[in-house]
Amino acid sequence: MRTAVTIFPGSNCDRDMIIALKKITGKTPIKLWHKETEVPNLDLIVIPGGFSFGDYLRCGALAARSPIIKSIKNHISRGGAVLGVCNGFQILIEAKLLPGSLIKNKKLLFTCKKTLLEIQNTLPSPFCSGFKVGTTLEIPVAHNEGNFFASKEMVEKLEGEGRIAFKYKQIKNNKNSFNPNGSLNDIAGILSKNGRVLGMMPHPERVINKFQGGIDGLKFLSTSIEHLVG
Amino acid sequence: MKNEDLKLNKNIDSELLKVNKNEYFVQQTSNLKAALEMGLTKEEFELICNKVKKIPNKTELGIFSAMFSEHCSYKSSKKWLKTMPTKGSHVIQGPGENAGVIDIGDNLAIVFKIESHNHPSFIEPYQGSATGVGGILRDVFTMGARPIALLNALRFGSIDHPLTKHLLSGVVRGIGGYGNCIGIPTVGGETEFNKSYDGNILVNAMAVGLAKKDRIFYSAATGSGNPVVYVGAKTGRDGIHGATMASAEFTENSAEKRPTVQVGDPFTGKLLLEACLELMSTDIVLSIQDMGAAGLTSSSVEMASKGGLGMFLNLDLVPTREEKMTSYEIMLSESQERMLMVLKPGSENQAKAIFQKWDLDFATIGEVTNTGRLILNKDNHVACDIPIAPLVDDAPEYDRPYEIIRNKLISTSKEIAVNKTINEILTKFFKNPNMASKRWLWEQYDSSVMADTVLSNGNSDASVVRIHGTESKKSLGKGISMTTDCTPRYVKSDPIIGGMQAVCEAARNIVSTGAKPSAITNNLNFGNPEKTNIMGEIVGSIQGISEASIFLNTPIVSGNVSLYNETNGVSILPTPVIGMVGLIEEVEKCIGLNAETDCTLILLGQNEKIDDGWLGCSLYQEITSQDISGAPPPINLENEKKLINLMLKLTDSNMIISAHDLSDGGLLPAICEMLFFNKLGINVNLPINSTLQNWANHMLHGWCFGEDQGRIIVATKNPEKVILSAKNNLVDFFVLGDTNKTGNLNLYNLAPISINDISNYNEETLPLLMNEDK
Repeated sequence: MRTAVTIFPGSNCDRDMIIALKKITGKTPIKLWHKETEVPNLDLIVIPGGFSFGDYLRCGALAARSPIIKSIKNHISRGGAVLGVCNGFQILIEAKLLPGSLIKNKKLLFTCKKTLLEIQNTLPSPFCSGFKVGTTLEIPVAHNEGNFFASKEMVEKLEGEGRIAFKYKQIKNNKNSFNPNGSLNDIAGILSKNGRVLGMMPHPERVINKFQGGIDGLKFLSTSIEHLVG
Repeated sequence: MKNEDLKLNKNIDSELLKVNKNEYFVQQTSNLKAALEMGLTKEEFELICNKVKKIPNKTELGIFSAMFSEHCSYKSSKKWLKTMPTKGSHVIQGPGENAGVIDIGDNLAIVFKIESHNHPSFIEPYQGSATGVGGILRDVFTMGARPIALLNALRFGSIDHPLTKHLLSGVVRGIGGYGNCIGIPTVGGETEFNKSYDGNILVNAMAVGLAKKDRIFYSAATGSGNPVVYVGAKTGRDGIHGATMASAEFTENSAEKRPTVQVGDPFTGKLLLEACLELMSTDIVLSIQDMGAAGLTSSSVEMASKGGLGMFLNLDLVPTREEKMTSYEIMLSESQERMLMVLKPGSENQAKAIFQKWDLDFATIGEVTNTGRLILNKDNHVACDIPIAPLVDDAPEYDRPYEIIRNKLISTSKEIAVNKTINEILTKFFKNPNMASKRWLWEQYDSSVMADTVLSNGNSDASVVRIHGTESKKSLGKGISMTTDCTPRYVKSDPIIGGMQAVCEAARNIVSTGAKPSAITNNLNFGNPEKTNIMGEIVGSIQGISEASIFLNTPIVSGNVSLYNETNGVSILPTPVIGMVGLIEEVEKCIGLNAETDCTLILLGQNEKIDDGWLGCSLYQEITSQDISGAPPPINLENEKKLINLMLKLTDSNMIISAHDLSDGGLLPAICEMLFFNKLGINVNLPINSTLQNWANHMLHGWCFGEDQGRIIVATKNPEKVILSAKNNLVDFFVLGDTNKTGNLNLYNLAPISINDISNYNEETLPLLMNEDK
């Protein structure tokens, strides 16, 4: 299993993702600096969270124009898998590798909290197909621009093609946890047409140990990686 | 300015200055005027002229005025700061460096400090608080530590004051804006509202970092001839003379000082952090100092002064953001995200490559000299040539007159209790922004980035972050527990008790997570020290803090003083904030404050005999009568220490599920807070032989809401063992009752109190006040 984590100036979840991937695969992922143009054959590239290029212009807009993106596109065209988390999701959208846009949270405030995700996708995908539709995972979010927005037609298309990976659900007794950003249809993550590119706002790499308040992130990542290998 | 202020003063030796009297008079008059405008006094100006043996030019005066400002020189507080306990077997570096350093074993060290950014945050809340966070983070990573956690201590005016919501919202966005972007979790802090801060809010930011014990970096310059290097962001015209502004009282015109507020860029901060840590992993950095208050001035002067050397800088080589900046502007700019360092000669290219990789400016701008002078060139002219020693050694140290006013009036609960039901009081409490949940703030902070956060914001009395890399087969690793604390109304009433209480409560917060209190950083926020009562608050609280710190072996290793927190002559409440850190060896043993069902709640530190709870100076009094009278609750250091030791034993042997220190609001609100998360209920035992018939209303209120100190509630499934341990450790205890799933708090024959209702008030109060939908 060969994995890599991209690093842009301003990435700040790269270390956490590297630790999570190492814990699952037993091997330290390759670090891909944003200026690199050649990448080796990989099974999975993860674009981690953070504030690439300080979120200047638009979140992810400058990173989406970095040299590494071309290599990521090649990797995808070879059938490689890509996971974008938080700012990584924003970058995938800015690079037009996923549809829609991520606009400012409805309350116009940064929000960091636990959320409950429900697996939705029917499209086969290494990332979510290991879980039954309706399975829930408790994974935190931390973002300012995570409000998924797209045309009505696009949202219907995503729903119709089974490409919505997760939707936000309410944690029992915790109204405050539901849809933290105002996303259309409570969307928390979406898949590419072939199911091999996933963008998600919540941070699975932050819940891989009990002391962090849960291990659902580990469950999600390790199941995904098992299916990538299989 | 009156003319007589500018009269020639005989104290200056004109012969010494080698100018003729007329010329001297003209020069002195214009430059004295400039000096006064820069915040220097006439006496300080005369002292400077005599020390430098000339009439200093504007740049030189600017440098002196910055170094002599309260902010840089601590001239009013130095005499008393020296009396604080700063030593301990675990202390690696006490006050005097960028931050304090303590040893936590395994060749690791914790580097931490708290610092204020009060005045800028009032003028420009977003930028002021953001740069406060940026500045304190630089203090920590300058020493070679990777920051691992941020905390804060915030004080705002009354929630009804027209500016409060604007300031609160801006400050919170600013703190989040910097911390979230740079990727350091904001894990804890405290927020309080009081009308004394209406015109002068307090924004204190604390950063905690992790370093290898043998890789700590210091600021003393070494080696004449070694290159002095400037790295980071470019220098602009922002924040010029910020340190001087921070050292003056506020007036109606303070908003005009907006240009003296610095502008932060967390993105550049992140690049600078990574570049500096990458450079520090090599062996080419000899000394390093961040450019904080007074920018290039204080960094160059402090580095040279600590090394006992001189420094030459060519200001033409300083990367600037704007054209035609003068030497004065370059030296006094407080542009953010900049560092000054001395490198091993010949290593500049290696260092430059690292900074170029991170797209940061890098310029060799001068060298260390052995002249003992600060010499600055600009446009091929000498812009400044002054001896360094007087800038630091001759900075004034005032022994200001003081009077410690201690309120010794003991108000009984009979005098204070109001005719309201317990439920009415609880409702009032949790609808008050001082008591209510601060979730609205916390959720704007990224508290889980770096993936080491164990306990944060609101789930515990202190926050706990795992120490990265200490995990073993046996344990998940060590943890560092952190808190900020102060109860200003106590300090106002009795500065000595108030100072002691802040330390004790901080220590109780730390042990309530299972960690051992280790060391302190403090942020002393006061009014104008030229007033004897304010100076008394400073001296008294330093005495109290020192006494408690010695007793609990929690030395003060870093800190910051913020004076002149007054607006139009009215001072803030004295607010000496304690930032404390503690260590827990096995992070899996740490506990929060949420109780589980079928636990026994035991009050440690108090027996059943109390029948007159301390309502004087309490939150109860503040909320029910809008007035504070009487002395604060007394502190018994011996009992505090016993309680701490007992808590350490109980947590180490996994004897308790959760713990909560009793502070603002006393016993009953604390019980409620432990029940909120799991919406539990409890039948609370009343003290023996007390029924409501023979217990007057005021006694019940005193028991429920009194703020007697030295108490912690623990939730346990092993009540017998906890009681036995309490007895063995000579700690009083009282069994409060067992938790259940009813969601009702029952107190004798009063109507059940719905924990769900109280919890809703707790959650809704701040969002409603901030006009946000639920």
